[in-house]
Amino acid sequence: MAGQVTQNMSLRQKLRRAERRKKIGAIGLITPLFLVMLIFYFIPIGIMLYRSVDNSEMSEILPHTAKAIQSWSGKGLPDESVYAAIVADMKKAYPDRTLARVGRRLNFDKVGFYSLLLKSGRKVAKLQGPPYKDALIKIDKKWGDHTYWTVLKRGLQNTTWLYLLASLDLRYDDNNRIVKVPDEQAIYLAILGRTIYISASVTILCLLIGFPIAYFMATTSTRTRNILMILLLLVFWTSLLVRTLSWIVVLQNKGVVNSILMSLGLISKPLELVFNRIGVYIAMTHVLLPFMVLPLYSVMRGVPPSYVRAARSLGATPIVAFFKVYVPQTRAGIGAGSLMVFIQALGYYITPALVGGPKDQMLSYFVAFFVNERVNWSMASALGVLLLVLTGSFYLLFGRRVNVANIKLG
Amino acid sequence: MALPAHATIGERIWHYAFRIIVGVIFFFLLFPILTIIPLSFNSGEFLHYPLMGLSLKWYHSFLASGAWALAIENSLIVGVSSMVLATILGTVAAVGINRADFPGKQMLIALLISPMMVPLVITALALYLFYAPIGLNDTYIGIILAHTILGMPFVLITVSATLQGFDYNLIRAGASLGASPLRVFFKIVMPNIAPGIVSGALFAFAISLDEVVVVLFVAGPSHRTLPRQMFSGIREHLSPTFLAAATILIVVAVMLMLTLEFLRKRNEKFSTPPTGADAG
Repeated sequence: MAGQVTQNMSLRQKLRRAERRKKIGAIGLITPLFLVMLIFYFIPIGIMLYRSVDNSEMSEILPHTAKAIQSWSGKGLPDESVYAAIVADMKKAYPDRTLARVGRRLNFDKVGFYSLLLKSGRKVAKLQGPPYKDALIKIDKKWGDHTYWTVLKRGLQNTTWLYLLASLDLRYDDNNRIVKVPDEQAIYLAILGRTIYISASVTILCLLIGFPIAYFMATTSTRTRNILMILLLLVFWTSLLVRTLSWIVVLQNKGVVNSILMSLGLISKPLELVFNRIGVYIAMTHVLLPFMVLPLYSVMRGVPPSYVRAARSLGATPIVAFFKVYVPQTRAGIGAGSLMVFIQALGYYITPALVGGPKDQMLSYFVAFFVNERVNWSMASALGVLLLVLTGSFYLLFGRRVNVANIKLG
Repeated sequence: MALPAHATIGERIWHYAFRIIVGVIFFFLLFPILTIIPLSFNSGEFLHYPLMGLSLKWYHSFLASGAWALAIENSLIVGVSSMVLATILGTVAAVGINRADFPGKQMLIALLISPMMVPLVITALALYLFYAPIGLNDTYIGIILAHTILGMPFVLITVSATLQGFDYNLIRAGASLGASPLRVFFKIVMPNIAPGIVSGALFAFAISLDEVVVVLFVAGPSHRTLPRQMFSGIREHLSPTFLAAATILIVVAVMLMLTLEFLRKRNEKFSTPPTGADAG
């Protein structure tokens, strides 16, 4: 008896050991990939998130001011020590050319700060000795305006919400309260709305024209289906840039579409079909259509025709049978396809940038704009965070049952 | 879905109308691509019909120009290197993932394939900010690693799919006959999952060949890839040379697609077909 028990124990132990070894082996195989992804993907995304609130550069350039301004209550003007500190910092930062960086960041919060800092930086070199308070106010009377000091105190903290707020058209007012920006300056909520609107429109267009072809492919003969599948995959595999380029050629003023319409006498002068919203809809629908058709098709293949037949034999008209019996059975495909198209559309950059006009650009375009044109990494990161949150929340809300992997592979 | 003999007139009309609708949609899908191919052989320099005559001069200017040649070279360097890296890392990890169950496995898979779903501009910005202080912007290594990240999820998925049809008893048999784990991997596992590995590799290459957003952020003028070169020229000075480049890319896409379809069919023959989708 006793011997059998120990034997059982050791067998179980052996099994557990073997299982554990297998697990360790599995983890060991995944580790190289995970490390590469950690270093070259997850950490960079973390850096982007951090960049959207990081402000530590400011107190590095103006260290004395950052320290001295802590003692200022925020009411009235700061005392002489703070003025002395900023003079000392500007004397160093102006020749170092770092003062302009501070100026740009503060100018983002309050327009006029950039010129104020550069002008003062140029002049402080000639200031002899204390007291500095009156001397600075003499250089520019803005130094006697407490709202500039409020902005400066806020701007010298190590983290800032300024850019994330700006990406939602919010800002601080002179009393440090969060308020909406004036209507003529508000742009990002409109861009956010436009991004969602264009993506939703493209999703609906894809569903409207994807549903019939998926249905046809699911119900036709094997031969026809294989030919159509090859054609669909050919489009799917053709480079995004090539397809976008093709639409520009086709839709331009002298393009095929306009020349056919004109030779038929339907129009007398060319239609504006590209470099505007129409072009964006056409090209994006074309590019994203396979992501709608493939999941729809694979769900429709599994729908037995007997239910629709049963409905028809019970007296339903073809239209009723289709909408009441067939369509509900394809709900999983509609959901998966719509989510794939919608989420990808949210992040589109290249196609709208090439076939759209200035008023058709989406969030991604402005991320690139702030990096390449404005060199404002903080604002680019803040808009990146907005886009990531937008995409991520749609995915978390609806993405549970969607097998992204299979759809992406065609 | 053939028309039954007892179909009513309405059903007959709908039967043909529906075929016309499907035809029109497929026309919409193929028409732009088919339009630019003949235009790339145009002897005139206009981007519209009628053709002035046939000529290969735009192909000549595509292949002879220094900027395009550099772009082709860069695309091949980046495409092949990132394909090799993504394939090795992805295959090894896929074997690991399919070998054992462990807590958090689904979460881990979701994380590993997340580069597929995160908007490209976010990946591009994140890498740009990460590369800036360590000097990886404007380098081949920077672009190759970025494209490795983007291509790897595809390898992971295609290899996992073939591993699901793989009989793990073969590994035990090999081991019991005295083969080392490495020998088992190369002699038994590899030949069996080769179609999945090749498919994944082709996907990774195609992703790299098509990718322009990340390149736009992290590559300098001397590291421009083919799509990047096309992007910069399309709005400024669109010439038939672009159509020649596009036609060549279409041919590459057709070859990649046919190879993948062949591999998929082959793989289906060897493993039990999944229910519901045979060609999807």
